[in-house]
Amino acid sequence: MINAEPTGETRRQGIGGDDDVVRVRQLVRAAAVATKLSLVDQTKLVTAASELARNTLIHGGGGYAEVIPVTNGRRNGILIVFVDDGPGIVDLDLAFTDGYTTAGGLGLGLSGARRLMDEFRVETTPGEGTTVSAVKWER
Amino acid sequence: MDRIPVLTLGDVLLVSIQVDLEDQLALRLQEDLADRIVSTGAHGVIIDITGLDIVDSFVGRMLATIAAVSKVLDAETFVVGMRPAVAITLVELGLPLRGIRTALNVELGLAALRAARAAEYAEPEESDDDESVAT
Amino acid sequence: METNTALRLAAVLADRQDAVVEAWSDAVRETLRGRLTRAELDRQLADLYTLLRTLLESGSSSLGRPDAADLRSMLSDLSHARARQGFSVSETAISVFALKAAFYRAAGDDDHVSKADFAAFSLFIDDLGLHTVETYVAARDSIITEQSQQLMELSTPVVKLWDGVVAVPLIGTLDSARSQIVMERLLQALVDTGSPYAILDITGVPAVDTQVAQHILKTVVAAQLMGAQCIISGIRPQIAQTIVSLGIEFGEIVTKANLSDALQYALRSLGTDIGKRAPRGAVI
Repeated sequence: MINAEPTGETRRQGIGGDDDVVRVRQLVRAAAVATKLSLVDQTKLVTAASELARNTLIHGGGGYAEVIPVTNGRRNGILIVFVDDGPGIVDLDLAFTDGYTTAGGLGLGLSGARRLMDEFRVETTPGEGTTVSAVKWER
Repeated sequence: MDRIPVLTLGDVLLVSIQVDLEDQLALRLQEDLADRIVSTGAHGVIIDITGLDIVDSFVGRMLATIAAVSKVLDAETFVVGMRPAVAITLVELGLPLRGIRTALNVELGLAALRAARAAEYAEPEESDDDESVAT
Repeated sequence: METNTALRLAAVLADRQDAVVEAWSDAVRETLRGRLTRAELDRQLADLYTLLRTLLESGSSSLGRPDAADLRSMLSDLSHARARQGFSVSETAISVFALKAAFYRAAGDDDHVSKADFAAFSLFIDDLGLHTVETYVAARDSIITEQSQQLMELSTPVVKLWDGVVAVPLIGTLDSARSQIVMERLLQALVDTGSPYAILDITGVPAVDTQVAQHILKTVVAAQLMGAQCIISGIRPQIAQTIVSLGIEFGEIVTKANLSDALQYALRSLGTDIGKRAPRGAVI
């Protein structure tokens, strides 16, 4: 479980095409700036969001993203959630392996994004869809 | 739709990416550059990414592809101006930018291109298939 | 606290406001030993008193309620300010707790309030006191973090050694947080000075662990991505042993015995030629 209480409004962005990936990035960046994450942490968060949004689009067949400012009582952070109702991930361990790809990419989307974030959780049911939740805390 | 302008500086093509790269825009740049290398006979490509606040695996792959395609067309590619935060993120992401050469800024990139070119001419067996444009 | 109790207390607090505030201010002033002027203190306490009375007038004494937000933030501001001025935790807490005695002294003879009311009031002040102590501790924590941050920045100078060469002489223990700052400052210095060479001198670093070695490695790779080369100099024998026994690949990283060798390497790579002259000796 990710221990995170919302401290602000949830912003949602549908992901149905390439230009939505750009919109997700802009939404996440605005939230990161408002929470005063350091420049490096902002960059890591936005990059991870970009990877995950593209996963939702390519593997999940589209879906939506939610961006929520949160706190764990000691530190503030940003929670990003990506939801799709696509085919789901059959072998999660394999999906987290560097270089493993089903779409001809570099195979870094999921594992790379996990390294960029502080908390990372994937819930997936084959045939029903995937939800990825991840948090970046301020340093 | 927009295009990213490609400038010609002698036998070097200069691209400065200033906008948040949309996928279509990136793909179009890839094609434009290949066409321009052939039509101008350029021997070097400099891609300035000072304006990019993130480089994800999609953009990373685009840069690697441009470098590889240019190489086949006998042009060396330098990516210049990567921001520190972007470099740190790429290391963490684990993105291997193999085959891409980098320099801190446009000026150093141009100098490195010139040095690479000179080194190539110093080795005679490598320059025999070179239809040289005046240098 | 029951609504009626709260309302009765609020009425008495309003009635005896001047006397209570004066007694309170007198008690607090003794503990401050002149670090705050009388006018400042009087104003602070009067503001606090008004907010506290307003809360009771609403019929509640719960600090968690939305209408207590002003009181909570006033208490937080007060303890933040005290923490910055160097007051101890008990000196800060007494500013709140002293209100109990002051209230009893100035309003103890009032017929409208019972013993039970005083007990309820006392519990209410305990709540306020606890909140004050908690925010004081949080404020101290953030001051400590800030100071260690400043110390870290001071202890990590990035110097330009030559046109095209910057260096970071690291002294002292490297932990994960500090290595991260070093990494960011070094990379930023490369951009700012347009230097294609960076030297990370770790002569003054007594030991490294896996995490720090990883940070150094990442710095080198990040510098390469930006188009610069990073040279590590001054690796102590024990550190070299650690690196090898931890199985950390230093791979293609250039390492040199000392700063001078590293500088020479960088200058040679830059094509900078420094002629040697026989030493001229000193002139006295």
